[in-house]
Amino acid sequence: MSAILLQGAGAATSLSPFNSIDSSKLVAPSRSSLSVRSKRYIVAGSDGTNKSFGSSSLVARRSEPLIPNAVATKADTAASSTSSKPGHELLLFEALQEGLEEEMDRDPHVCVMGEDVGHYGGSYKVTKGLADKFGDLRVLDTPICENAFTGMGIGAAMIGLRPVIEGMNMGFLLLAFNQISNNCGMLHYTSGGQFTIPVVIRGPGGVGRQLGAEHSQRLESYFQSIPGIQMVACSTPYNAKGLMKAAIRSENPVILFEHVLLYNLKETIPDEEYICNLEEAEMVRPGEHITILTYSRMRYHVMQAAKTLVNKGYDPEVIDIRSLKPFDLYTIGNSVKKTHRVLIVEECMRTGGIGASLTAAINENFHDYLDAPVMCLSSQDVPTPYAGTLEEWTVVQPAQIVTAVEQLCQGTGRVKQRGGTESEASEKEREKERKISMAAITSAVIAIAGIILGWITIELACKPCLESGREAIDRSLNPDYDPDDQDVDTSSDVRSPLIPNHPPDNSDPDPSTAIKSV
Amino acid sequence: MAIWFARSKNLVSSLRHNLNLSAILNKCDYSPRPIFFTTTSQLSTTSFLSPVASLRHESTAVETQADHLVQQIDEDDGQELDFPGGKVGYTSEMKFIPESSSRRIPCYRILNEDGRIIPDSDFIPVSEKLAVRMYEQMATLQVMDHIFYEAQRQGRISFYLTSVGEEAINIASAAALSPDDVVLPQYREPGVLLWRGFTLEEFANQCFGNKADYGKGRQMPIHYGSNRLNYFTISSPIATQLPQAAGVGYSLKMDKKNACAVTFIGDGGTSEGDFHAGLNFAAVMEAPVVFICRNNGWAISTHISEQFRSDGIVVKGQAYGIRSIRVDGNDALAVYSAVRSAREMAVTEQRPVLIEAMTYRVGHHSTSDDSTKYRAADEIQYWKMSRNPVNRFRKWVEDNGWWSEEDESKLRSNARKQLLQAIQAAEKWEKQPLTELFNDVYDVKPKNLEEQELGLKELVEKQPQDYPPGFHV
Repeated sequence: MSAILLQGAGAATSLSPFNSIDSSKLVAPSRSSLSVRSKRYIVAGSDGTNKSFGSSSLVARRSEPLIPNAVATKADTAASSTSSKPGHELLLFEALQEGLEEEMDRDPHVCVMGEDVGHYGGSYKVTKGLADKFGDLRVLDTPICENAFTGMGIGAAMIGLRPVIEGMNMGFLLLAFNQISNNCGMLHYTSGGQFTIPVVIRGPGGVGRQLGAEHSQRLESYFQSIPGIQMVACSTPYNAKGLMKAAIRSENPVILFEHVLLYNLKETIPDEEYICNLEEAEMVRPGEHITILTYSRMRYHVMQAAKTLVNKGYDPEVIDIRSLKPFDLYTIGNSVKKTHRVLIVEECMRTGGIGASLTAAINENFHDYLDAPVMCLSSQDVPTPYAGTLEEWTVVQPAQIVTAVEQLCQGTGRVKQRGGTESEASEKEREKERKISMAAITSAVIAIAGIILGWITIELACKPCLESGREAIDRSLNPDYDPDDQDVDTSSDVRSPLIPNHPPDNSDPDPSTAIKSV
Repeated sequence: MAIWFARSKNLVSSLRHNLNLSAILNKCDYSPRPIFFTTTSQLSTTSFLSPVASLRHESTAVETQADHLVQQIDEDDGQELDFPGGKVGYTSEMKFIPESSSRRIPCYRILNEDGRIIPDSDFIPVSEKLAVRMYEQMATLQVMDHIFYEAQRQGRISFYLTSVGEEAINIASAAALSPDDVVLPQYREPGVLLWRGFTLEEFANQCFGNKADYGKGRQMPIHYGSNRLNYFTISSPIATQLPQAAGVGYSLKMDKKNACAVTFIGDGGTSEGDFHAGLNFAAVMEAPVVFICRNNGWAISTHISEQFRSDGIVVKGQAYGIRSIRVDGNDALAVYSAVRSAREMAVTEQRPVLIEAMTYRVGHHSTSDDSTKYRAADEIQYWKMSRNPVNRFRKWVEDNGWWSEEDESKLRSNARKQLLQAIQAAEKWEKQPLTELFNDVYDVKPKNLEEQELGLKELVEKQPQDYPPGFHV
């Protein structure tokens, strides 16, 4: 059954066969239209067949219940526990080692090669103890030549081994670029599918603590264009182990990016076996207001900023994209459709980094759902300086993330970013224009308000005067009005004495009766 | 032994001012010495093992003698210093190892130019059946190169690369290997694939990139590959296959297989960093790899005098701790013996071996090159006519009565006919459909590639007039 399913992987799919396998153990994925690849994982766990060149001594995979789901639906500190067992606590590098060891136990074709990985146990202790357990040949110390041992790994993979190639620092893998790009990524394609290259290339990268420019590289920027490879970045002990295992089992070459500063993170992970899907992103914190996409170390800066944001009343949705090539546009898209605002926080350089590609992908695919332009916080286009204070400012800090979210959510949409060089001039112009228009509007409003207030004051103060004046105007405008035949209008007190209740004065006769009395 | 040492010490002290250390060392021949058999004996694999055993002892015996010689010559006090890497003797005389020895490493050769076996040669005899097959394949390779080159000139294929002048290296080395040995070629070794059973039709299909091509039309012509025949798909960047060969050797070592990795490189490719890396790794890993360097004098337009300043490539082997030999690459029997011995050494002793095969690139570098621009036409003519490896081997085969003119003309006309038919068929065969553009990038097509494929499909369906006739999705 599994063989047929493998071959029919490209065709339309249904989940019903899988549910019958071990549905109690499988965590039902939150979305039913997972990519085809995840189904293959479920299949590979139960009855794996593997086309491998020339290898007659292929070990049949044990059928074990696997838990393929790796979407952590809770906050990042708690491991997504799908079982009732307590789990065990370990550090990230120990999780990597555990994953590697389990895979080496499971499949004798898995081997490790790199500098100081053998008896020294690896520069970051990821391969500690493995040489003692599996021997010098399977955990191979190599001379210092990255191109050589990468090439060696590729050659060994083409003939049936599954090497895990360790670069002591990701930056050193620049020396292996030829082998990675021209051979690792291409040979499956150019050989017409005759040769597979199931290598895992892994190592620590990213900005550390004052390691200098050459040891603070973000190689994911440079590798992302190479066709034929997959890239993933781990960030927690849980996904480190899961991604390591998935990468080793993958038939494609996978580059696993670890981060120098994350090796000592502690977490409780499940005791039973699990793998993480290589192409899935991880929902770290669901939210409503804004989608924050990040990976590797920046996830922690984002979560720190998220605490502040929550206190300020925002509800950010944080997604650890994990799969750097290809992007999990399904998860990301659903999030964008919900929140309509995207902030990308990455450690790559501004130019040509993962964030740049992700911005393009989101804009192309989800433009209609965006209420504001996609914003990307990244490091500047400078070599990472050694001085601690300078280095700190090349890396995106939580405060910047908070500011960015606030500005995005307040709908102005335009934020002055640190180190935004190319649009700075036009930004300033727009600022200026805005200020001028604001000033004009303000003064106009003040003037109008002043006029209205003045009017009201005069109305109130001179009320009688104004009233009489108004009446006079009315009378004069009235065509039927004739002031001469105006009898005493008892309603109008024009002729009445100004001082009321004055005793009538005899010396002041009524002019009309005076003449008549004589 | 002691008398020998004493004699050598006298010799050295008298010649101290004239000769230098490395010259003396070089006089000790490190080449394996197979035991001589008569030419008519049949050779089976089991009987071959005994000469191998003696090979091993002889070669290591020679080494220890040289070691002692070194110590005797330069030890003043007989004391040694301890350094990481072991003990090393010291001398108070400041002496630089010269950049080159006065005498170049000689090359191993069995047949002379007239096709006669040089008397007192050490070589592994070749049966009639094997010799005839080798000759047939060399001739077929010649015909194939000629016809495909012409096809490119006629515009029927876009590119071709000939192996003219290097047929002996191609076929004789392939004949000396077992089918389980994994071959990582450079690009001038189609003869190895031909020997292993790749048909002329399959060659043509790859050159035309049609639907029957195993590479599915994704690579340039001459980038053959066949996992079935243990021949890695050719990859254009130079020398990348050398570290990969170390990896293959490593894998075979882990699986304890009776097989080795065999990889080819040209003289130009030895300047690449991967050459150093691959050899060093294979030596440290003690991996069973046979490195065959085709020193054909030219790397496109760069002559070897501009490529390196060492005495060819064979002297570089010792720098990595690798056993090496220089062979006349135009002598099929010598190449056969050397590669056979090297292969046995690699597998039984689990060590890498370096073979430098001296030859000449008669053809242009490729169809994109006109070599008369940088070398004399009569030089090319000389090597083509007087130093032709195919003619030389034919003379030997004919002298043994195993081949005739009639066989020759029949073979060549058959090969020619078959090739022309293959080309015609391959040309007519339809090309790959659009889906093959996106397959095999990954094992399973990811979503972004599915989208891109859909987009392209729609484009083609909307405007079919913009695409070549017969271009189908």
